[in-house]
Amino acid sequence: MLRRRPAVTDAEAQAHSEHVGLMHQFEDLDQQLDTDTLGIWVFLVTEIMFFGGMFTAYVLYRGLYFMAFEGGSRILDVRLGATNTAVLIASSLTMVLSVRAAQTGNRRALIGFLIATMILGSVFLGIKGFEYHQKFVEHVVPGLDWAPEGATLAHIAPGGLGHAQMFFIFYFAMTGLHAIHMIIGMGLLLWLLVRAYRNRFTPHYFAPVEVVALYWHFVDIVWIFLFPLLYLIGGRY
Amino acid sequence: MSTATHVPRVHAPRNYLNADYGWKSWLFTLDHKRIALLYLVSITFFFVVGGFFAMLMRIQLIEPSGAIVQPETYNKLFTLHGIIMVFFFLIPSIPAVLGNFLVPLMIGARDLAFPKLNLLSWYIYILGGMFTLYSALAGGVDTGWTFYTPYSSLYSNTQVTAVAIGVFITGFSSILTGLNFIVTIHKMRAPGLTWFRLPLFIWAMYATSVIMVLGTPVLAITLFLLALEHLLHVGIFSPSLGGDPLLFQHLFWFYSHPAVYIMILPAMGVVSEIIACFSRKRIFGYKIVCFSTIAIAVLGFFVWGHHMFVTGQSIYEGLIFSLLSFLVAIPSAIKVFNWTATLYKGSISYDAPMLYALGFIGLFTMGGLTGLFLASLATDVHLNGTYFVVAHFHYIMVGGAVMGYLGGLHFWWPKITGRKYPNGWAMIAAAVIFIGFNLTFFPQFVLGYLGMPRRYAFYPAEFQVLNVMSSAGATVMGVGYLIPLIYLIWSMRYGPPAEENPWGATGLEWKTASPPPTDNFKEIPIVTEEAYAYAPEEASGD
Amino acid sequence: MHGLPFQLAQASTIARSVDQLYYFIMVVTLFFTALIFLTIFYFMIKYRRRSPDERPKAIEGNIPLEIFWTAVPTLIVAVIFVWSSTLYFRNSEPPKGSMEVFVTGKQWMWKIEHSGGQREINALHVPLGRPVKLTMTSEDVIHDFYVPAFRVKKDVLPGRYTSLWFTATKVGTYHLFCGQYCGAFHAGMIGSVIVLKPDDYERWLAGGTQGESMEAAGEKLFQSNGCVTCHLADGSGVGPSLLGVYGHSVKLNGGTSVTADDAYVRESILNPRAKIVAGYTPVMPTFQGQLTEAQIGDLIAYVRSLGNAQPKPKPKEEGKQ
Repeated sequence: MLRRRPAVTDAEAQAHSEHVGLMHQFEDLDQQLDTDTLGIWVFLVTEIMFFGGMFTAYVLYRGLYFMAFEGGSRILDVRLGATNTAVLIASSLTMVLSVRAAQTGNRRALIGFLIATMILGSVFLGIKGFEYHQKFVEHVVPGLDWAPEGATLAHIAPGGLGHAQMFFIFYFAMTGLHAIHMIIGMGLLLWLLVRAYRNRFTPHYFAPVEVVALYWHFVDIVWIFLFPLLYLIGGRY
Repeated sequence: MSTATHVPRVHAPRNYLNADYGWKSWLFTLDHKRIALLYLVSITFFFVVGGFFAMLMRIQLIEPSGAIVQPETYNKLFTLHGIIMVFFFLIPSIPAVLGNFLVPLMIGARDLAFPKLNLLSWYIYILGGMFTLYSALAGGVDTGWTFYTPYSSLYSNTQVTAVAIGVFITGFSSILTGLNFIVTIHKMRAPGLTWFRLPLFIWAMYATSVIMVLGTPVLAITLFLLALEHLLHVGIFSPSLGGDPLLFQHLFWFYSHPAVYIMILPAMGVVSEIIACFSRKRIFGYKIVCFSTIAIAVLGFFVWGHHMFVTGQSIYEGLIFSLLSFLVAIPSAIKVFNWTATLYKGSISYDAPMLYALGFIGLFTMGGLTGLFLASLATDVHLNGTYFVVAHFHYIMVGGAVMGYLGGLHFWWPKITGRKYPNGWAMIAAAVIFIGFNLTFFPQFVLGYLGMPRRYAFYPAEFQVLNVMSSAGATVMGVGYLIPLIYLIWSMRYGPPAEENPWGATGLEWKTASPPPTDNFKEIPIVTEEAYAYAPEEASGD
Repeated sequence: MHGLPFQLAQASTIARSVDQLYYFIMVVTLFFTALIFLTIFYFMIKYRRRSPDERPKAIEGNIPLEIFWTAVPTLIVAVIFVWSSTLYFRNSEPPKGSMEVFVTGKQWMWKIEHSGGQREINALHVPLGRPVKLTMTSEDVIHDFYVPAFRVKKDVLPGRYTSLWFTATKVGTYHLFCGQYCGAFHAGMIGSVIVLKPDDYERWLAGGTQGESMEAAGEKLFQSNGCVTCHLADGSGVGPSLLGVYGHSVKLNGGTSVTADDAYVRESILNPRAKIVAGYTPVMPTFQGQLTEAQIGDLIAYVRSLGNAQPKPKPKEEGKQ
């Protein structure tokens, strides 16, 4: 039955490191780590199918309405997008370093790198939020505030305003879903942080860190696909 | 019929049912067997709701001008009937009830790989169900369970967003269950239990889980985009912004065709177990059946376009999907022949589970063969969108999947509850269901050929006779479903206690008590024999 | 109440061949159903358990048998596939010289317009023995044009054209159903196809509500909407001449070509920036929202009528910029 588990002291963790965290349905921690890892990979496959459906629709419409999509892409701020890309890649680095820290039983480094990852994630979300705000200022939010004017309008009108709106629907849907995944990731990182602080992880038991790291890398990779598809097709070079 | 014995709880040995009491021990359980029972109760509830809507529909169709409800209401009835039966009954049924209960037992494990995820799956299912029930109570949905755009996104004034959210959420229940099964079957088999020693039910659960995991996310994203279109009134799938209604259909059917294999493969797995046990023989061509199961799961992902033959797609598109749809029929045919061949020189007993399994083979054969009419381009033009299609899929989903589910429930009931049910009543119910089912759906093949379209709240008078026949059959079938409901519930209190292996079946689940202890086995078994070791030279003497 | 109906009229040139295939598949279905049912029944009785300790000998399987019962069904479905696909291919292209009819579906009625301008609601009069091609679109949601007696069916979509064709072979009145769920009165979106003997049909054409032909209406729209201002017949205008265009290949900016069919004309009217004719600039405004489906159909009929005209010689000066 679901129950709270009491905190583990350093000494206890040392003494029972082969059994700390072992669930009753597994023989040993090795089997458990193996299973947890397969589990997260299967989950990531489902996420690929999830985003894949959206990418398929996007690619189809981009092919049909390339002028409108390029126009829409030109309005996006490439510098902010590129910054976010760098931020996320850096966060993947800090994430994998936190796994290493857990593997080597280095609690302070683990906590430090988790915090660093969370900071970078927040920077990403902050920049994203600012970009969304910009879209409202420019009135290019389909369904909620669609009234482009001036230079913005000049950029996106040639391909057909209707199709440009389609671009922005996908912009918001794709980056929005990605942002939701980031936020969930932040929650998972916080949970890891709390457990690391309570000394839950040992060199034998750190599966949750590994699992969240894989999730985090995946969310990063999705962004690496989103960035060129959304920001770089404007042909402004 | 056996005499009723009320076994006082105080004498029953410690098992998963009496290990702990109180609502918390059920709602916060991590035991896969208890979670299976949580699902059993919930899906039975949804089956009754979906069945109730079906009953109203069949009453309506007694009269050509519509007997009891307005067309708008009828449209909501068939929509909710479809949504509830597909997403809240058929898809979870065997995997979430029988799969959850049996997968760890059959592979000699103490639980699934992720018990907390398993419980979460159930809660997600309930949450999705609540959204759907809300949408039903707050005005209903009238888009058809297929949600075709632009009607569902820009024209319907009903609770489209609420039900899209409900189905979206429930999809994750499916995904997590599938994930759990895949990982469990890979990583937690008992020593000696190699892949080709696994019961065919496990192969079926594995293949089903792969489909769940790959297909359901695509439905999720499709419903997400649909809800976005409905809420913001923007044209993702509608021409106003250059959107394509056919893109919606492609995305929708990419999941929803494999979904029907999610519904049938588990039932086929159950049938394999039952046929083997009640003929006391290994399934003929065991390995071939394994490969056929995988073939169905793989091929099933490449046939979705046969739902769209009359949408104006290119004839070459039609050709490819038609060819693949014919090919996916072959592994199913192979399985039917192998089950039949298993009976040859077997030792056949007629207990209720066997009647359901044999009924499955007959009705699935008919349903599957009628799929040929629809895979064939020239005839599909005439039959698409008519009652022929309705009859075809009900033969497979009700004549097939539901019979498989009931057969499985009857086969493993003694293991799950520790009680036996009256076999005589069970056989009667199986017969009533079989007869009622055929009376309900066979006339619909004729109706379809004659041109009666589906989803019609009223119809030209010349179709009345066949409609009345169908509605009469539905009444018989409804009565048939009530009977097991009654005696199975009765048996939980008054049925005679079941021994460890009442049917003399092979399989690890039968080598532990009925009902099993919470951690399944006193000691994890070591497997040395092949699956279905019924033959005298193989039997370990039970 | 009517009697028990099992037969559906075969009232088109393809109905009989579709039915033949249908009956063949039915024979296959009945054969295998009977085979399985009877075999199971026989085994159930012959091999019923005679004593509780009976333990039959193991039979693993039989590869030749597996090959046999894989090959035979594969062969049978191959036959059905080839037969069906051939029929489907043959029926996919309307014969040349088909009578053109324009159909608009909307919730919850069928609007039919003959090329001579005759309009009908929920009814379609056609002559016996002459191929009829329907070009169809929807004003709102997806519908479906289904005539069971002709064995034809095609979805009707908003924002694009689909088409179906048939040649009626029996005088009579036949059901027309909407075959794709489209909302509250989907079941009521029904009508009739009335097949008349050729002289009766001529009489009907002459007698009924006669408007102007679609072509004439289209020409009027071409003037009133200002199309004629840019699309000068001699090609000296801002837009290309439309003489000799319909049905032929059009060279586009960027080197590709496209055939000028109904869909191309429609797209050019509603989304002119999508394809630019080689040598021209994207200055044509869109007429989205300014024309009804019926008007677009009229314009297409007009442009189609120009398709066979000789393109006028190009003017001597260069530079249409």
